[in-house]
Amino acid sequence: MSHTDSKYQSDSLIATDIDAYLKLHENKEMLRFLTCGNVDDGKSTLIGRLLYDSKMIYEDQLEAVTRDSVKSGTTGETVDLALLVDGLQAEREQGITIDVAYRYFSTTKRKFIIADTPGHEQYTRNMATGASNCQLAVILIDARYGVQTQTRRHSYIANLLGIKHIVVAINKMDIKDYSEQVYNDIRKDYSEFARELEMEDVHYVPLSALVGDNVVNKSENMPWYQGETLMKLLENVEIAGDANVQDVRFPVQYVNRPNLDFRGYCGTLASGILKPGDEITVLPSGKESTVKALVTYDGDLAEAVPGQAITVTLTDEIDVSRGDMIVHRDHQPHVSSHFKATVVWMTEKPLVSGKQYNFKVGVIDSAGVLTAIDSQIDVNTLAENSASELGMNEIGVCEFSLNKPVVFDAYKRNRSTGSFIIIDRLTNVTIGAGMITEAVNSSKPHALSAEQFSVFELEFNALVRKHFPHWDAKDLSELF
Amino acid sequence: MTKKLTHLQQLEAESIHIMREVAAEFDNPVMLYSVGKDSAVMLHLAMKAFAPGKPPFPLMHVDTTWKFKEMIKFRDDLVEKLGLELIVEKNLDAVAEGINPFDHPRYTDIMKTDTLKAALTKHGFDAAFGGARRDEEKSRAKERVYSFRDKNHRWDPKQQRPELWNTYNSKVNKGESIRVFPLSNWTELDIWQYIHLEGIPIVPLYYAAERPVVDYNGMTIMVDDERMRIPEGQKPRMEKIRFRTLGCYPLTGAVASEASTLPEIIQEMLLTTTSERQGRAIDHDESGSMEKKKQEGYF
Repeated sequence: MSHTDSKYQSDSLIATDIDAYLKLHENKEMLRFLTCGNVDDGKSTLIGRLLYDSKMIYEDQLEAVTRDSVKSGTTGETVDLALLVDGLQAEREQGITIDVAYRYFSTTKRKFIIADTPGHEQYTRNMATGASNCQLAVILIDARYGVQTQTRRHSYIANLLGIKHIVVAINKMDIKDYSEQVYNDIRKDYSEFARELEMEDVHYVPLSALVGDNVVNKSENMPWYQGETLMKLLENVEIAGDANVQDVRFPVQYVNRPNLDFRGYCGTLASGILKPGDEITVLPSGKESTVKALVTYDGDLAEAVPGQAITVTLTDEIDVSRGDMIVHRDHQPHVSSHFKATVVWMTEKPLVSGKQYNFKVGVIDSAGVLTAIDSQIDVNTLAENSASELGMNEIGVCEFSLNKPVVFDAYKRNRSTGSFIIIDRLTNVTIGAGMITEAVNSSKPHALSAEQFSVFELEFNALVRKHFPHWDAKDLSELF
Repeated sequence: MTKKLTHLQQLEAESIHIMREVAAEFDNPVMLYSVGKDSAVMLHLAMKAFAPGKPPFPLMHVDTTWKFKEMIKFRDDLVEKLGLELIVEKNLDAVAEGINPFDHPRYTDIMKTDTLKAALTKHGFDAAFGGARRDEEKSRAKERVYSFRDKNHRWDPKQQRPELWNTYNSKVNKGESIRVFPLSNWTELDIWQYIHLEGIPIVPLYYAAERPVVDYNGMTIMVDDERMRIPEGQKPRMEKIRFRTLGCYPLTGAVASEASTLPEIIQEMLLTTTSERQGRAIDHDESGSMEKKKQEGYF
């Protein structure tokens, strides 16, 4: 990495005072963000530009890209920055990225993790995957076309996955003569849409990833733009307030019993502030105790904050195991085997009611079934349609019934305790992702099991399906 | 005002979370320990994850028999000090056949990849931690934290599972396994900073010292034992060198360096203009070669 002329790397310190440089970089924050745009919006070029201008590209990598630019680049003579980030060989040969790729760069203020996701229509699932861990989304808009259907789709998914900060990057301003009018029109269009989605923290920046205007370096071509460059926005967006510090949620991951004198509950504090002496309840059992100590390798803590991996000891010997959740006595979460959630479906075989799936809710595993689809959401128009199943890349509001009670919050209130994945019982593949909206009354029938059907019923069902296919009878053997 | 976690504290917590998930959900996990700096960090994190106890899984080192002597000594001393179980796996058949890094183009496949696959099958490990990072190489950028491998330990880019939040899918059928990369989100700079901050011991070969070297295959190679084939007309000469990455000594290029402290190493890393893998002969040939190796079962 040649950092010689980057103002973001505190470069001069590297050569003159490495200890001061290290000290400076010890106290960085971390920001995970997502870039979403369509194939031709210049997304890979933008990421390449961020890495290139912040000097995160090594000379040998640049050489390889320069070599590859001649072979498969789309920019002719100049280095194709997009090739820096376009990943696997097979994908590169097809000329598209087809999955989530992660990129890293840092400045003195923050370490950044970029989730690079494709903008193709059929890849809603990849975007949801990339967005699930992000705090911010950069929504790319091609200045030539303005707010498009996919812009709405990307914004909706980002919002759905709980991203609180949006940067709208209006790209290719060079092609539109750096027109302030073009920028203002797009900004107006988008802000109306943002209001619809109730997005609160939205920033706008006009730029050209290809030329480098307003990405890292301020553009001289757009003197009318008084705001910050994309890099400055990424460095300065306030994220400290995002963490939920009200509700203590400590899902127990692992019980640590190295010897008879020590019994600790390991996990990552999902939210809230936990302290020794706190009176707690263990859910779902409801047993009560008090926090004795917050144990770490580096010594006991006076308090733990969201995101910290800790080991909790309690004053009482009560039975606590993996999947239990330690919470404060006030501010309790839901405990139920029935809930409603917005689901992104990720596989060819549709999500159908009655069929058994595996669920992983936080660290809890449970089998369960879909009991109802309230609505299927058209990600392009946000219209709610009725549906009997969810296809690949479709999003729907669904009700589920699990075989055992789980502890959860609404996703909007708590991302880590309000989310779950759905796993296929045969292939073991992750086939869906859900964001819980609320608990529902358990008046609905429990999950089906093989024992519920008599041999006669199963045989009769098979017979009906064989001879009367036009009856559209459900295949009972598929349901468990 | 809530205390904020720094990026290193967040990375640390994420890695610990991953390790605890694996320990809780798999029947027979193992940690692949390569003795390098990334392995040093990974092991340190494992010690943290299960403190005051010890990691509930063994370490495994795939020894090609051509590793630097200092690596082996460092490994044995550390494992003894920490009181951990270490499995060392070698491909003794290949050693008997005389497979060596000088004559055999498939040396790495045979001594490393094949040995690793055979060992994973032999011990029946259903999860194996590796210290790979996504910033190391372009094809790694899309790697999952939980990377699914089929019965033949092969990686198929189309078979990888979507990975959301910090909810990891640990379901595998018998014979299948997961390679787990708890350092996925760490960069080279993060690793060095963390080693510095935490005072984690690393193999002395990372520090500059006078060592006997020859020129070989366009690289500066240290003459670590009598098996080194010294090119005609050359005699080993003493030079102040160090290594940015550690592997089999005849395949690992040294760099001329004066860096004898950690801050100096970090300084040198930040001021150099080539990425760390360039010192390894393994993926030099073409840009997709690491990807091919992964499909065959390499880490």
